[in-house]
Amino acid sequence: MPENYVGQRVRRTEDPRLIKGLAHYVDDISLPGTLHVAFVRSVYAHAKITNIDTSAALATPGVVAVYTGQDVAKVGPVPCAGALPGLKVPDHRVLAGEKVYFVGHPIAAVVATDRYAARDAVDLVVVDYDDLPVVTDVEAAAAGGTVIHESFGDNIAYKMTAGEGDIEAAFASADRTVKQRVLHRRLAPIAMEPRGVLARYFPGEEELTLWSSTQIPHLMRTQVALMIGMPENKLRVITPEVGGGFGSKLNVYAEEALLGWISMQLNKPVKWIETRRENIQSTIHGRGQVGDIEVAFKNDGTLLGLRYNVFADLGAYHQLLTPAIPTLTGLMLSGAYRIPAIQINITGCFTNKMATDAYRGAGRPEATYIVERALDLVAADLGVDPAEVRRKNFPGKDEFPFHTATGLDYDSGDYEAALDKAQQIAGYAQLREDQKKARAEGRLIGIGISTYVEICALGPSQAMPAGGWESATVRIEPTGKVTVLTGASPHGQGQETSFAQIVADELGVSINDVTVIHGDTGIVQYGIGTFGSRATAVGGTAVYIAVQKLKEKAEKIATHMLQAGSSKVSFEGGKYSVEKAAAAGAAGSSDPVYPVGEGPAGALPEPQTEGRSSLTIAEIALAAHLAKELPPDTEPGLSATYFFEPKNFTFPFGTHIAVVEVDRETGDIKWLRYVAVDDCGKVINPMLVDGQVHGGIVQSIGQAMYEEVVYDEQGQLISGTLMDYAVPRAKHIPTFELDRTETPSPVNPLGVKGVGEAGTIGATPAVVGAIVDALAPFGVKHLDMPIKPETVWKIISHG
Amino acid sequence: MIPAPFDYQVAATLEEAVSLIAADPDGAKILAGGHSLIPAMKLRLAQPQLLVDIARIKSLSYIREEGNQILIGATTTHYQIESSDLLQQICPLLPACAKSIGDVQVRNKGTIGGSIAHSDPAADWPAAVLALNADLVLVGPGGERVVKATDFFVDLFTTALQPGEILREIRIEKPSGRFGQAYQKVPHPASGFAVVGIAVNLVLNDDGSCKAAQIGVTGVGLKAYRAQATEAALAGSSLDEQAISSAAAQVCDGVDPNSDLYASGDYRRHLAQVHTRRGIQAAKASVK
Repeated sequence: MPENYVGQRVRRTEDPRLIKGLAHYVDDISLPGTLHVAFVRSVYAHAKITNIDTSAALATPGVVAVYTGQDVAKVGPVPCAGALPGLKVPDHRVLAGEKVYFVGHPIAAVVATDRYAARDAVDLVVVDYDDLPVVTDVEAAAAGGTVIHESFGDNIAYKMTAGEGDIEAAFASADRTVKQRVLHRRLAPIAMEPRGVLARYFPGEEELTLWSSTQIPHLMRTQVALMIGMPENKLRVITPEVGGGFGSKLNVYAEEALLGWISMQLNKPVKWIETRRENIQSTIHGRGQVGDIEVAFKNDGTLLGLRYNVFADLGAYHQLLTPAIPTLTGLMLSGAYRIPAIQINITGCFTNKMATDAYRGAGRPEATYIVERALDLVAADLGVDPAEVRRKNFPGKDEFPFHTATGLDYDSGDYEAALDKAQQIAGYAQLREDQKKARAEGRLIGIGISTYVEICALGPSQAMPAGGWESATVRIEPTGKVTVLTGASPHGQGQETSFAQIVADELGVSINDVTVIHGDTGIVQYGIGTFGSRATAVGGTAVYIAVQKLKEKAEKIATHMLQAGSSKVSFEGGKYSVEKAAAAGAAGSSDPVYPVGEGPAGALPEPQTEGRSSLTIAEIALAAHLAKELPPDTEPGLSATYFFEPKNFTFPFGTHIAVVEVDRETGDIKWLRYVAVDDCGKVINPMLVDGQVHGGIVQSIGQAMYEEVVYDEQGQLISGTLMDYAVPRAKHIPTFELDRTETPSPVNPLGVKGVGEAGTIGATPAVVGAIVDALAPFGVKHLDMPIKPETVWKIISHG
Repeated sequence: MIPAPFDYQVAATLEEAVSLIAADPDGAKILAGGHSLIPAMKLRLAQPQLLVDIARIKSLSYIREEGNQILIGATTTHYQIESSDLLQQICPLLPACAKSIGDVQVRNKGTIGGSIAHSDPAADWPAAVLALNADLVLVGPGGERVVKATDFFVDLFTTALQPGEILREIRIEKPSGRFGQAYQKVPHPASGFAVVGIAVNLVLNDDGSCKAAQIGVTGVGLKAYRAQATEAALAGSSLDEQAISSAAAQVCDGVDPNSDLYASGDYRRHLAQVHTRRGIQAAKASVK
């Protein structure tokens, strides 16, 4: 009998193929006769296109076609699902029309017999531009001046105010207030595998297949079908191996629809693989907010109110969720605290840059950063330990579900337990002592703390633009192998392993007998996809409930086959047995396990039930398929499908503590410690959870210390390669000291919450807090990210 | 990231390589490890007509002692230098410099000759060969000539190599007497190239004072250079803390430091001064 898999550090079944280079990404799929696409992209951030001459490109050997905006006028606009009241939505065509609005804006698609010819011909397409004034600064965009989309009259895409409680009264009655301007720079998601699309159209069958590196195959099928005007059920989207997304592939891009459309024009397979330069230029960016935090509080540290006035840099166009991201920031402004009044005032603005959208955390890292910086500022203002201000404002563990002034009901939590545990692991009191001694010696040691809460398992359908449920089918094949079809679309998270763990435990079978299939709309029932730390909490729950449904049916069949009559059959260790009392005298546990699949070739022998008191689930599956010995009115086959609609989000939380030392002379920042205690509810696979936390913290460190998408005043991208844009390497990160508390979620029967974004949400404020704390002797209370050694050096050397 | 069209020839011998590039000395480029050239080609910043691959000429990859000289073949990889026990013993600056380059994959492919011939203003090897006062052996259609490292680096990506010439060998006089060496570097967090790189090569008198100092600097200016003011201040000095600091403060004399997103000119100058001081201290501490 197999051991319990859930809760074990089961090795990822995905890894051997990845490590051996045997996996298939989009670019690994070759179809005979494939044509290759390369894009002519704008070199200006804002310009009128006066002429496009494609003749030289078309005359080049190997070039099959060149399409410009005029040719694709019938292809529908790039979709935006983030509907907000009064939102201005520019007409976002798949290729530029009369104007270009950002560097990298696609102008023409060149199709050639190989990738090289396509790329060479790009240089031969002559585009004449009249350049226009450029708007890159979000506050300048809001203030007026050059209008990017002229018909709107200004650059403000939307304004929104949200929050509950009497914010004016909170500030009027406060003993003290603090205010701080904060920047969240634009970040490039930099998935290891850039985007890529392969499209194949069969004109006879009128069927289009798109292989795309995406996180949302089904949503993409619906959207691309609408864009190119084909029946959704004639379009199949396959996501082969996907090398990371971090939200950047939670989108529907112009290129995806274009490739499908081109394949239909030419009746040939066409492929486009994004280059890294295109990836940094023309795949969505994350973050991009400038705002002011104001906090009202009492002399004893009790929080009364928090206000955030923010300008969100949306870029030139809306991608799928662009305008919605800042609203997620608003939702999480209560953090892990009791704050009676909260208000966010968002001004979303167009700029001559690539769109911002979901990047790991998607609006919530901004919220956590704001709240945690605010708590540090309150602590500094009162001269108390930042941990204690936090502790004072936590809701107690018995106060859940906890209603926030942002309108959420946190499902469960014990924030103090995570803080206590992290402080204990870090030796917090001793660290503070050590810090004092070090300061006396002139050394600059800083301790940063973040007690975050995040919103996961997105989400109830009421809160989501296109359904917030997830789907699963579990079926047992005639040979006893178990197939799981999930609507989630894992792209590195490891759910082929963790979902198999859940199913293997529930069915009492070996994990090796379970295969999890995802990412193919031709095989898998409609699903929503993987983002928002939802796959396990929503998709895993769908799997779990589908297995329960399957087992209900299996039990009925077992009862019938074992002729148990009114006696109960029980299920344990993968077998249905008649209860001992009823089966007195039967062979009991010495029953042979029927050798499923070992009959003569082509024949599937009927399981023998004569004289037996138990049957394996595989035998029941076979009987269900052969359908000769089923209870009356029973559907043949052993399969169940479930669509799980969560009643609420989940709210994981934790405490991160970072300790750094600053080199007084150079401003260099050296890691001393990193402690993280995360609570993501019940844990299916601790190794996967650790991996998610590791990766998240690393991306947080990137944001806090290294990463920044930089456009100059002309809107030129000057951090456009990985020679300039610093993604953290192994040598840039500390050794992580990880632990957990476990507070189950009441929202789903697995008790899981989600952990995919915890690191990027929880870690950034701890890292920034640590550096700021190291510089406290210089009167520093806040620094904007990325905090580079030069910034630190300037503070130390110039005060 | 697809380069413009080019032709490609593998040279079996150095003579063949010389004759291949002689056919088109302006349009041809030598390909060794490819770790500078190929990225530049993929971005179409470099568009050579012809690549002559010399990486397979086995006789160009070696590290050996000959008399009082260390000879290093141009296609010797960074990793071969990093892992050379011989160099660790007789000239530890070379392995120290090699170890600081890029990452393992880069060091396995990239070559010392390629790096020197490319003369990237932030490459590490130019600083080291300057500090070691190396001789660089160049081969062209007219035969061989030897250029001092100090005369080799002319400007940004510009060297004394004439069209048609290939860097064949790096010759370094074996350090002798009471010598100490160090390579002190601030790597750029994205590229791994030197924000500043300071190669220090000291010779001490018996009383511990400085007999001679040679200091190569990279990352700071448009090309790698010798910090002559610092060297002059060190020569004959006691090498006490004060002497080292004041000498190090002159490391950027006559140079207008580079400025980029990561480090302004002022900060770069400061880093160069601090790391020159630390480099000299480390070199002094390494004297046996």
